[in-house]
Amino acid sequence: MPMVEGRVAELTPDRGGRRLLLLLAAVGVLMPCLNVLPGEGSMLHVSNYTMTLTAKYMSYGMLALAVDLIWGYCGIMSLGHGAFFALGGYAMGMYLMRQIGARGVYGNPLLPDFMVFLNWKELPWFWHGFESFPYAVAMVVLVPALLALVFGFLAFRSRVSGVYLSIITQALTYALMLAFFRNDMGFGGNNGFTDFKDIVGFNLQAAGTRVVLFVSTAVALGLSYVLCRYVIASRAGRVIMAIRDAESRARFLGYRVEYYKLWVFVLSAIIAGVAGALYVPQIGIINPSEFSPVNSIEIVIWVAIGGRGTLYGAVIGAFLVNLAKTYLTGAFPSVWLYGLGALFIGVTLFLQHGVVGVLGQWRRARLAGVP
Amino acid sequence: MVPKNTKGMMLSLEGITVSFDGFRALNALNLYLEVGELRCIIGPNGAGKTTLMDVITGKTRPDEGFAWFGQTADLLRMSEPEIAQAGIGRKFQKPTVFENQTVFANLELAMAGPKTVWKWLNARITPTELDRIDDTLRKIGLNEHRFAPAAILSHGQKQWLEIGMLLMQDPQLLLIDEPVAGMTPHEIERTAELLVSLAGLHTVMVVEHDMEFVRSIARRVTVLHEGSVLAEGDMATIGADPRVKQVYLGE
Repeated sequence: MPMVEGRVAELTPDRGGRRLLLLLAAVGVLMPCLNVLPGEGSMLHVSNYTMTLTAKYMSYGMLALAVDLIWGYCGIMSLGHGAFFALGGYAMGMYLMRQIGARGVYGNPLLPDFMVFLNWKELPWFWHGFESFPYAVAMVVLVPALLALVFGFLAFRSRVSGVYLSIITQALTYALMLAFFRNDMGFGGNNGFTDFKDIVGFNLQAAGTRVVLFVSTAVALGLSYVLCRYVIASRAGRVIMAIRDAESRARFLGYRVEYYKLWVFVLSAIIAGVAGALYVPQIGIINPSEFSPVNSIEIVIWVAIGGRGTLYGAVIGAFLVNLAKTYLTGAFPSVWLYGLGALFIGVTLFLQHGVVGVLGQWRRARLAGVP
Repeated sequence: MVPKNTKGMMLSLEGITVSFDGFRALNALNLYLEVGELRCIIGPNGAGKTTLMDVITGKTRPDEGFAWFGQTADLLRMSEPEIAQAGIGRKFQKPTVFENQTVFANLELAMAGPKTVWKWLNARITPTELDRIDDTLRKIGLNEHRFAPAAILSHGQKQWLEIGMLLMQDPQLLLIDEPVAGMTPHEIERTAELLVSLAGLHTVMVVEHDMEFVRSIARRVTVLHEGSVLAEGDMATIGADPRVKQVYLGE
């Protein structure tokens, strides 16, 4: 039986993850059905608003997964992951802008409205190709990946880690925000992109398109979870965790620590980029505020609150915090930031394993209570 | 230039001198380890034991002397990773195991072999590798703890795990620094058995303060004093040597 024993270590029970996937499958099927089938007045009807909001939370869930993968398992606390999300979103936004074509306010078949407004005569070179959906999808993956590759290579090769790495990731997203705010960058300045019409020829407001986008987001979140879980459960995953716990020891054992870090950082950036690309067509806008340093800090808070180093906890955290945010910013707009701060401090002090950790404790306590 | 006596030797050190700001940590030291031997190095504080290990592993470069590993490898021309690759493994005093991972995973991580991300991502453990891990688990006596996280092991068990991780790298020469510091008498006994069982398959060099422990494992003992070899031989010879009594045993 030795072979079986060897695999036990790789197949550690992942009850939380399985439940998350089941829940996701249920939401991914039921919510679109309840949106389309019952009439407006029906008790069971799910409004477009609710569905869009859920899709937004799901893309945030992917973003949280991406951060948990590097922070929870490799000890890299990125405070700039919003940048990869925004870059993926911008790449998708560029495609959607090109899809508008002559239907813009100025009716220019080639140039997006903001370029006409700025009196530009031709399309900047980096806008070419974005009329093609496959090209845009490739860019959604490649642009965040390339930035992560270059940034990570420089940072990890110089052995920048801990709080120093967190600070430079903040600087990265802040610098990108300032750059994207500039009109002459060619990304619409502070207004960003909006007024999207179609995606691959389908009207974004049509019920069918909404459903497809919603289901795609649910599927992407599920696949991202499975992918992260696969990485973590592999032998490479154990090396990644070893690097988190004792980096120099791992190096001493012969592992090229910087390449492992770089690899997982790039993978995480790609997941964040795809999340951004799914977010933009459903929310209908992308602007430089997505690069804001505060956004990136919020992601880390989601993960901490949900439960760092569990993957599914990160998704739960993203949902819970954003539900609270949606409610509180509506009900008591001035309170939200204080609430978020208090939540983070509370979790750091009292719930070091997040919501997921507390649930686990309850479950163990209940099991122990049964004779 | 090859020293005269490398035949049948796992390690040959000749005339090794290391000075730190005029202080001679090692002074024209000669030391030979035979293949498969278990050797204890003892000596008072400052005798040069740690410096000796540093020279063998390439951490410290001597000012003079020769250091040969086997018949062909000149340690003084090799970098630290090259020396480790060539088959010299070192266990430091303080055990560093991966606390959040199982004993099994710790050994798996330490296994020799290619270690790139892509290989490791899809690699399943092979039966051969599994046998090696099982074998090591039995050697270090942690078989029943194989799926326990390393964090819950006792201090002594962590030391054994660390020795196990060293063994997974398949070294010919093991340098072990103070293996029984902080162990219970029972653990000390088990450690002695472990080290004795490793001799023969590996050449083992142990630096230790605990005389009782040294007496229980050693066939040959080298006494260091002020950076050179004061005496060498079995425990009885060493114990009878008046110079040794004066500097070390009698204190």
